[in-house]
Amino acid sequence: MIPLSWYLILAAGLFSIGLFGVLARRNAVAILLGVELMLNAVNINLVAFWRYGDISMMAGQVFAIIVFAVAAAEVAVGLALVISVYRRRNTVVAEDLDLLKW
Amino acid sequence: MNFWNDPLKVAAEWLTGVFTGWGMNTVAANVLVAFLGVLMLITILMVIDIFLVWIERKVVARFQDRIGPNRLGPFGLIQPFADIIKLMIKEDTTPAGADKVVYNIAPMLSMMSVLILWAVVPLAPVMLGVDLNAGVLFIIAAGSIGTLSIIMAGWSSNNKFSVIGAFRQVAVMVSFEIPMLAVLLIPTIFSGSMGMNAIIQSQDIWFIFLSPLAALIFLIAAIAELGRAPFDLAEGESELVSGYNIEYSGMKFGMFYAGELLHAFTFGGFWAIMFFGGYRFFGLEKVSPFLAIAIILFKALLGYWVIMWVKYTVMRIRIDQMLAFNWKFLTPVAFVLVMVTALMNALLRGADSWLYITGMILSNVIVAWVSLEFVRSAAKTEREKVEGPKQVVEAHH
Amino acid sequence: MEKEFNYMTGTQIIFLIVGAVTLIAALMVVTVRNLVHAALWLVATLFGVAIVYTLLNAGFLAVVQVVVYIGAIAILFIFAVMLTRRQAADTGAALNSNWWAGALMAVLTFAGLAYLLQTWSGFSKQSAAIPSGFDAIGQLGTALTSPQGYVLPFEVASVLLLAALVGAVYLAFNKK
Repeated sequence: MIPLSWYLILAAGLFSIGLFGVLARRNAVAILLGVELMLNAVNINLVAFWRYGDISMMAGQVFAIIVFAVAAAEVAVGLALVISVYRRRNTVVAEDLDLLKW
Repeated sequence: MNFWNDPLKVAAEWLTGVFTGWGMNTVAANVLVAFLGVLMLITILMVIDIFLVWIERKVVARFQDRIGPNRLGPFGLIQPFADIIKLMIKEDTTPAGADKVVYNIAPMLSMMSVLILWAVVPLAPVMLGVDLNAGVLFIIAAGSIGTLSIIMAGWSSNNKFSVIGAFRQVAVMVSFEIPMLAVLLIPTIFSGSMGMNAIIQSQDIWFIFLSPLAALIFLIAAIAELGRAPFDLAEGESELVSGYNIEYSGMKFGMFYAGELLHAFTFGGFWAIMFFGGYRFFGLEKVSPFLAIAIILFKALLGYWVIMWVKYTVMRIRIDQMLAFNWKFLTPVAFVLVMVTALMNALLRGADSWLYITGMILSNVIVAWVSLEFVRSAAKTEREKVEGPKQVVEAHH
Repeated sequence: MEKEFNYMTGTQIIFLIVGAVTLIAALMVVTVRNLVHAALWLVATLFGVAIVYTLLNAGFLAVVQVVVYIGAIAILFIFAVMLTRRQAADTGAALNSNWWAGALMAVLTFAGLAYLLQTWSGFSKQSAAIPSGFDAIGQLGTALTSPQGYVLPFEVASVLLLAALVGAVYLAFNKK
């Protein structure tokens, strides 16, 4: 059988890759892709703790579902912002959006 | 437990015995047997698919007052094989500037999204791939893979028509998934399970008699999901030539085409499973699994025929009309219907079966009537906006 | 002992393959220049995560993952990518000039997490067998809707989703 550690390491790896994407990508859409990876890593952890803990406590699965909802909300608002910014500034590169930086 | 009562299990046990007899490890033998089972199911489906081409061409010909394929073999039965040979020997083109990998994966994904649906279809009480306890959701999940394949095909072809077609199709599929999912909850409420086999087993009364409106909404959403007329905007020959699959030729186009036909047949099957008792027909399914398979295939063909009937008699509507129809009419009606059905189910749970059926049908009729009244008044205000109020004309007179 | 250590069950092999594919696909998501390809690699990652859920006996969540993430979120990403560029070819660097700092942060985070987890006593815990007749979907449904369970967080999440969607429509609406 698979020990819990394998899942946790996989989730940690996925989270770190997502973090790298958020910190290093230039395109705002790509930054949101990185956030999705991080949310998925969190979900793997939640479900793994549900499976390896007391299985009749559904908190892990419940919060995984809430994370689904939050991810959908985050993507909807994030992409709407990106499209709105693209209309005004004609760019989606995050470092070009520097109006607040004087 | 002989062959006629549970053919799959007997065959699987025999095969496992043969493989372990060759010195194979038990786990490996089981995996191999399961793999062979999947291969057999897919092969049978592809053979059915070939004859679906013939059925589709024959039926459309009858609807259009023609005879259809009739030269090759008896009743033109060999015609689909000739079609396949033609598709195989056609030149396989890839447009310049296409994204080759995505372009080649898309038709495979399209076919896969249809074949994967059969993993949860119960062919007989003892014959089904997996009795997934989220079987109803699985239909929607497979549909989203289909959506993905279409957007991949449209984008990678490097063609404006194909991108527009893909956008339209994706908009349609994503929005019609919602009433479909809502309506699929109604058999779930009646049976208390999301598993396909449990839904069929609990249909002592076919669910169409409990919720005819749900069956109708499911059919409409299924036709939209399939991208067939009157919702075939993604293909729209007169405006987009062929939509998302415009650049595909030969067998790659064939995969999209065959996938579409099998998809329609499969949704005929799901319609039968959800609302017409699946493989059940007055206890005949208990006689032999083979009879059960014959029943479900017959019901699926009937559903497929209804889908074809709609396709060849109703004309295409505009994309904005279609999305407005979904968001402003079908989705609210489906949601209201789910809520009403859940409420009635809770109220009438312990009641006699005749009271239960009457209550359910009555609530369906009321929901349908109220929603039609809403549509009528909305249509009246729309008409008055264009033509001016009717009374003015009468007063002048 | 030696034999037990080398022994790998089928699920372990499946996990290793799926995990490797998921991580490689995730790496492709954050490094490829073509954003449509990045979104498609994201789909591959999400599929991998769905298989991981199946390995964890959470089949329902795996199906929901495919419906929500692949059917809605990934499609939305592809749409957004197509709406926010004028020419098909992506130009310019994929990563910003401080990408090495980001990589360093990521590696440090991973090392820190791995170190912290490895000092925890329950790290290499084995899963208990699922009791027969355990209805995960039924339990989940009860937990989501019962007042003793998580009905309040669930409702708050749905209100959040509604508010976010209204906000998204307002933001993206083209005011002429």
